[in-house]
Amino acid sequence: MNSPSWTPPNTVNLVDLGFMDSRSKLIDLAAFLDRVQKAGQEGDFRVQALKNAIKLLSQDQPTRAKEVLLSFSDPSSEPIEKATMQGAIGAFKG
Amino acid sequence: MPYIEPHGHMVSRTTDDYERMALAGCQVICEPAFWAGFDRASAHGFYDYFRQITEYEPKRAARFGIQHFCWLCINPKEAEDTKLADEVIALIPQFLHLPNVLGIGEIGLNKNSRNELRIFEQHVQLAQDHNQLVLIHTPHLEDKLKGTKLIVQALKNFPKITPDRVIIDHVEEHTIDHVLDQGFWAGITLYPESKCTPHRAIDMLEHRRAERIWMNSACDWGVSDPLAVPKTMQAMRQRGWSPEMIQQVAWENPRTFMAQGGKFSL
Repeated sequence: MNSPSWTPPNTVNLVDLGFMDSRSKLIDLAAFLDRVQKAGQEGDFRVQALKNAIKLLSQDQPTRAKEVLLSFSDPSSEPIEKATMQGAIGAFKG
Repeated sequence: MPYIEPHGHMVSRTTDDYERMALAGCQVICEPAFWAGFDRASAHGFYDYFRQITEYEPKRAARFGIQHFCWLCINPKEAEDTKLADEVIALIPQFLHLPNVLGIGEIGLNKNSRNELRIFEQHVQLAQDHNQLVLIHTPHLEDKLKGTKLIVQALKNFPKITPDRVIIDHVEEHTIDHVLDQGFWAGITLYPESKCTPHRAIDMLEHRRAERIWMNSACDWGVSDPLAVPKTMQAMRQRGWSPEMIQQVAWENPRTFMAQGGKFSL
């Protein structure tokens, strides 16, 4: 069994490192929501899934990425009878 | 800094990619069998594919000073055709003795269907019968959570397959704890769009203290980056990681897992 001795990384300013990238992605997301709304397409279940996921960003615990991924996931537990497509969409339709 | 690319579909990449990977420090590439982007018409296509990744691709890699290993299976995307899958699984044992075949993979689930699960279990049985390491693909996007749980549950029916000889790949924040807490190894795949970015991967590595985890590009014919591993190593430097810990993740972890099979000598 592999058991590396863990050495924590040196402290760096993660805000310096990631703020501009995160700012850019957030504005892109906002613009996407504006775009689909203007086009009358905000009823698409994928857009609704995004909006539901956005609400999870305001939680206090540092598990936001996990919660967002869970919100997009198929919550069922039994195998389906037969695969009728090979790809995935990105959000569970229900 | 030298690194191992433990999951790359090099039959889909160019010689330029091999050159860039070698220049970035890649010394070993491991190639799991996978879906070609279209369904193959017969088992003969797989026989030729298995020859390609066991005979030809190692020679192509060697031109750039890179060692090449592979894993064999039929991908779950083709598991709904159970007759084809049965024929392909029957082909695999004749290749398992080759010195560059590391085990059975990447098997797993795609849409979490009953046929996929049956073919997955047949592969695991094959691995158990031939004492092989196992590399597992978990489903994409909304199907990943359910598929990961089904895979972990199914593996419990194979007592001779110990978790430390199984790596469950493509984990993300919502599946990594489930995999590692059961004793399996976990793979983090670095993709430009789906799966993980470098910083998310590093977050997970820090969360789990980098134990029993490898990272890979899974570069193939789709949107993917064969340099994703060295780019993540660079991001680790930016985040204060020591060279020793970067080396642990990029070299020692994959080496340790794959060396269990007895063929992965560098």
